[in-house]
Amino acid sequence: MERKKDNSAIKELIVPVTAVFIGLVLGGILMTLTGVNAIEGYKALIMGCFGRLEYVSETIVYTTPLIFTGLAIALGFRCGLFNIGCEGQYIVGLIGAAVVGAMDLGLPTFIHLPLTMLSGMACGAIWASVPGLLKAKFGIHEVVNSIMMNYIALYLSHYLVNGPIKDPGITSPYSREILDTAKLWRFFGQNSPIRVNSGIIIAIAAALFVYYLLFKTTIGYQIRAVGFNPEAARYGGISVPTNIVAAMFISGALAGLAGAVQIMGIQFKFLDIFAFQGYGLDGIAVALVGKSHPLGVLPSALLFGILQRGSQTMQMLAGVPKETIGIMQGVIIIIVAAEGIIKGWLPIRKILGTDKKAAGKEVGRA
Amino acid sequence: MSEIDATISPGQVILEMKGITKAFPGIVANSDVDFDLKKGEIHCLLGENGAGKSTLMKILYGLYKQDKGEVFYKGEPLVVNGPADTLRQGIGMVHQHFMLIKPLTVAENLVLGNEPTKYGFLIDKKKAKAELMEISTTFGLAIEPDAKIMDISVGMQQRVEILKALHRGAEVLILDEPTAVLTPQETKELFVIMRKLVHDGKSIIFISHKLKEVMEISDRVTVINHGRIIGSVKTSETSPSQLANMMVGREVELIVHKEPAKPGKEKFRAEGLVAENDRGLPALRGIDLSVRAGEILGVCGVDGNGQTELVQCITGMRRLSAGKVTLNGKDITNMPPKRCFEAGIVHVPEDRQKHGLVLDFTVAENMILQTYNKKPFSRGITLRWDEIKSYARRIISEFDVRTPDEDTKAGSLSGGNQQKAILARELSRTPELIVVAQPTRGLDVGAIEYIHKRLVSERDSGRAVLLVSLELDEIMSLSDRIAVIYEGRIMGTMDIEDATEETLGLMMAGSMPASHKGVM
Amino acid sequence: MSRLGKGINWNRLVRSRAFWLGAALVVLITVFSVNSIRSMGGEMFSYLVIDFFSTGIFMATPLILTSIGAVFSERSGVVNIGLEGMMLIGAFFGVMVSYFTGSAWLGVLGGMIAGGLTAALHAYVCISHHANQTVSGVAINVFALALTGFLLKAVFHRAGQTDRVTKLANWIMPDFFRNIPIIGDVLGSNTPPVYIALLLVVAAQVVLFHTPLGLRIRACGEHPEAADTVGINVTGTRYFCVILSGVLAGLSGVTLSLGQLSLFKEAMTDGRGYIAIAAMIFGKWTPLGAFLASLFFGLATGFKFISQSWNMTSIPTDFLLMLPYILTMLALAGFVGRLTPPAASGLPYRRRGSV
Repeated sequence: MERKKDNSAIKELIVPVTAVFIGLVLGGILMTLTGVNAIEGYKALIMGCFGRLEYVSETIVYTTPLIFTGLAIALGFRCGLFNIGCEGQYIVGLIGAAVVGAMDLGLPTFIHLPLTMLSGMACGAIWASVPGLLKAKFGIHEVVNSIMMNYIALYLSHYLVNGPIKDPGITSPYSREILDTAKLWRFFGQNSPIRVNSGIIIAIAAALFVYYLLFKTTIGYQIRAVGFNPEAARYGGISVPTNIVAAMFISGALAGLAGAVQIMGIQFKFLDIFAFQGYGLDGIAVALVGKSHPLGVLPSALLFGILQRGSQTMQMLAGVPKETIGIMQGVIIIIVAAEGIIKGWLPIRKILGTDKKAAGKEVGRA
Repeated sequence: MSEIDATISPGQVILEMKGITKAFPGIVANSDVDFDLKKGEIHCLLGENGAGKSTLMKILYGLYKQDKGEVFYKGEPLVVNGPADTLRQGIGMVHQHFMLIKPLTVAENLVLGNEPTKYGFLIDKKKAKAELMEISTTFGLAIEPDAKIMDISVGMQQRVEILKALHRGAEVLILDEPTAVLTPQETKELFVIMRKLVHDGKSIIFISHKLKEVMEISDRVTVINHGRIIGSVKTSETSPSQLANMMVGREVELIVHKEPAKPGKEKFRAEGLVAENDRGLPALRGIDLSVRAGEILGVCGVDGNGQTELVQCITGMRRLSAGKVTLNGKDITNMPPKRCFEAGIVHVPEDRQKHGLVLDFTVAENMILQTYNKKPFSRGITLRWDEIKSYARRIISEFDVRTPDEDTKAGSLSGGNQQKAILARELSRTPELIVVAQPTRGLDVGAIEYIHKRLVSERDSGRAVLLVSLELDEIMSLSDRIAVIYEGRIMGTMDIEDATEETLGLMMAGSMPASHKGVM
Repeated sequence: MSRLGKGINWNRLVRSRAFWLGAALVVLITVFSVNSIRSMGGEMFSYLVIDFFSTGIFMATPLILTSIGAVFSERSGVVNIGLEGMMLIGAFFGVMVSYFTGSAWLGVLGGMIAGGLTAALHAYVCISHHANQTVSGVAINVFALALTGFLLKAVFHRAGQTDRVTKLANWIMPDFFRNIPIIGDVLGSNTPPVYIALLLVVAAQVVLFHTPLGLRIRACGEHPEAADTVGINVTGTRYFCVILSGVLAGLSGVTLSLGQLSLFKEAMTDGRGYIAIAAMIFGKWTPLGAFLASLFFGLATGFKFISQSWNMTSIPTDFLLMLPYILTMLALAGFVGRLTPPAASGLPYRRRGSV
């Protein structure tokens, strides 16, 4: 991935950067159409993200789960898998952490906290393993199955929080609050409204971990070989089914970790959800713009974190529907997917030096 | 159309390409090429793999657009927008990889794009069949109209391709390496058909790299090398050695020089192998083979008779439903690929891009495809990139793989260097048995010679080699013993001294020559 | 035991589609019988059968429309995961047009056009720019979800759902038809898309397997290069099929918003687009098969409504809501290696070396 050659970085980045730029322009047009001054809109976005310490904190809070789901999807891509089930894995991650975090087992923090986190990861991993196994054993495309698993997770969580894990002490469909021993450290005090917490550190660590895993270990070698060419991997003695399940498992664990960190650092309890939170879908944009590279996911997640957080303030301050961001996101994914649209552009071709190359890899075979 | 037709009589030029130049990034595939075809002749375009034959024909056929030069057909400049347009104007091509839709029937393939209809919108299947029968009787090419393409033999599929072109009124036929997939007997049949076609007024461009066939069938030969025309000669006035010289620019060693084999004890044995193909149909119906140390056993046969499955079963990539495979007396039946190569099997697969290499991996990454988790390339689960890269550098120089460096993506190497890279990786793993499938397909003469020499030297150093190839010449020049495979069975095994092309050809087509009855 | 087991090839059985369909239906019907028949008389039973099937076909209609579109798209070689989003856009624009014009039928037209335009975007990206078709499809879904939410606020100035608009009036069949037992009861009077869908199944089957167009579509999905060499416009055919699938998905969305309800709710398609794709796979890429599979999933989706009239309060609603998704997964798993999609589906086609 990160080969030398001076302009290779530019080549890697030019598509996502241009896509984001087009997305922003499009957002501006949409704002103008709804009668909002685009400059004002974006100002509201920036102010909402960085205007005050709390806002910066919120931006980080929005970014954190996106790092996890972005990593989850990027890792899937590397194995040739499209884990669109992050949404469901996130939900079961929330539940897993909420349940274990609320258990009063008399455990000290250094055991209870990792245990809670592991519980969320395990739930996500198991949830993702189902479509993984179905793909590995029966060859069923993981996309349809993981979406089905999303809906199952949604209804399951609804059932659980209205029954088995509901906090009997209150009328609202909430689970019990997790114990202090399972809470992450909030930098500005556990009861401070500034919610930024050690979750972001865990997220960055996760990115480094995935980077190491993918490029420096035999496991990553196997996963990438399967992703690039499963036939050749099989020929080389690498088990394709095993690696598909493994990649889905790790990917699901990352998405589950997103849920766990959300519970342990932000929510402290599971709150009934009626629709998907969107972290799973946002993760796709994060992974694509980050070129499926764990270290590319970090800035990419920050970008979408800013947009997500900003969309709230834009709606409040400037009256821009927050869905504007979603439209931009969809367009950005489409453009990154069809990079030919950008690469075919004359000024871009000049930068890339592909002006005359065009197609035709196949060289005069006879 | 018939008006113009009348102006061209047999012997006159029907098609002319003038000054064709076509460049791809980094290579000039055709440089100022002139080529012409006379009505009623078979004109061979001869050149080795990579010489520029296909590029020239693809330009003629409208798949590529030339940078410079002009094409004249029946005296008029030929302007084509894509292949279908070419066909409409009377130039048909039988591609090396057939342009047939496998799940559709022969008749459906024939009329595709030009379907007869009834009630204005439904396909008239009866009429389609009638059209097929008519054209097949006219040219004497019998065929079963309702059979699906995937159920008929390769020879038959080729027949459908020819019929397709004729049905669309082709005057000029381009046959791209048509004999590559045929048995010697089928080749003979094809030649009969070709002669009949030219007799009926068609003109044929025959693309080949096989001298023998060129001498047998063509009226004229044009030789192309490195994208340039070397010369054009009448077949009756030339000789194979002159053509070979023109083709490669030097005398080619048509025969591999090797000492007689000194076989040792038996290394490998397969008994009663039975397996299914991807579609769940029987592919191997009881194969027995054995290979001794220090010999090359060649397996020859027409494509699709179980060769692919045989290799996959031996190397652990396909499950046997019955039978036993042993290496050095050790049972390796149905072991996964990893255990097979740990036991000492190395495998040069038939499809180097699909199986042999991960094209998006670097050369270095490809060099450790089976050994990434072995010392010294990894410690625990951590890869040791410095070890990997220095190892890769060492074997790519040893095997003369031409690549800028070991960090280059394997996909950007030429076919010959990709194959050398695979050979480098496989032979560096101290093999007991070397399984090679189609080792030289699509390579140029230099690479072919290198690979052949290398295989012989492996044999001489006492390794057992199992060679599977569709090229009868390759089998005959490399093997010490030859086994013929037909419909998943071994028709017979013979020493190279006893093998003749005729016997092998008959056996490849499933009939047992009288003199070889009972030979095993 | 061993003697009994001998005649049956268990492996085969487990692999067979019929086995899984049958098993699922047995489960459904058992649940029904146990919970309700004992509490009701026999006369109620025929009412319940009718209820079962009318709900089934009603719920199946959007799936039928979308899955037939999916068949066309994939048969031509383009995977269309974006159908979910195209349905959503169709549903919204149907309501919006109906809202402004007061005509439900103009709404239908609007929904179909909107779906078709969205599909044209997918086609452009996938066919002309060789994008990863799955990624593009998902992007369309992200885009559609946001766009409909955005327009909901921009046009209706509300969140969650639109105002009520004119919906499609039921079509009422002639008396002789309505007098046929069961069929007449189920199909005697229903929302128009139900009939359109049923006609479409027949039409699609004929077009795909008995007309030149169908032959060409299948050729494009199996071996585009071969199609190209005989003069079939691969790009054009694929565009046509993808856009057709979008138009049908749009119609399917309108069926939800103007046929079943009379308003648009955010994310109202609820994964039906994906279930329709499963139905297409389950139906082996044929319109008829997709229809039968859709009917099956329709019954499963309708189960939550039926369960109320069948007095099955003992099962938590959430589990009934999960049922269609679980059954979809089971149905797909039942295939085991029998999935043979068109050979070139998902692969962009470019004429090699063309400039």
